[in-house]
Amino acid sequence: MKAVNTMRLVFPSRSVNEGFARSAVAAFAAQADPAMDELADLKTAVSEAVTNCIVHAYADRIGTVTLYAALYEEGTLRVTVTDKGCGMPDVAKAMEPLYTTGGPERAGLGFAVMTSFTDSLKVRSAPGRGTSVVMEKRLGRR
Amino acid sequence: MTQVTLRQEGKTLTALLSGEIDHHGAARLREEIDGRVAAASPAILVLDFSAVTFMDSAGIGLILGRHKLVSAMGGVVVVQKAPKDIRRTLSVAGIESKE
Repeated sequence: MKAVNTMRLVFPSRSVNEGFARSAVAAFAAQADPAMDELADLKTAVSEAVTNCIVHAYADRIGTVTLYAALYEEGTLRVTVTDKGCGMPDVAKAMEPLYTTGGPERAGLGFAVMTSFTDSLKVRSAPGRGTSVVMEKRLGRR
Repeated sequence: MTQVTLRQEGKTLTALLSGEIDHHGAARLREEIDGRVAAASPAILVLDFSAVTFMDSAGIGLILGRHKLVSAMGGVVVVQKAPKDIRRTLSVAGIESKE
């Protein structure tokens, strides 16, 4: 599968960039003529992935978040969010609904939202080396 | 910009939320709402989402955290007027929004 367009964003893990990242992905996705609810789903899923980098991967420092987006001919958008933070020892456990290490104000539903709002979600992680989240969303299916 | 306007009528405190609710914006909302809840001890805390344009799971955390706080004081939390996209995010947590 060959991408018809790609983009890469690299930014520090400051919480103000949560809004920047999801808006940038939505602006990139606009070329696929997505429905409003597809765009809302995409923004929400991206926001969750980037927030995880800020809250968990770099909990006690500012690190680098890399967001890569690729748009394919049939309208599939693949978004990859990568950090080089603390990583997770048990990805399956971290993806369980309501599981969180983020304190009482975190719902533990970030991965549940990402799963609900995308067509495919893959997570790779290694303790001390970082995490990569790859999500795919079909756009323009109206 | 994420904002909250707080209005009190009797024992009901209404928080009119607006803008985008994410992890970045939720902290300030939490501080403002909790400060007023501590002072007013409302029987009902209404979280009105009618002017919210975006919300991720940080908004669910905001609701659950306020529920814990208010219910410990013997009160209840009501979620109302969430737009369609916000209702879909709420549904992941099984939270329903009143009209």
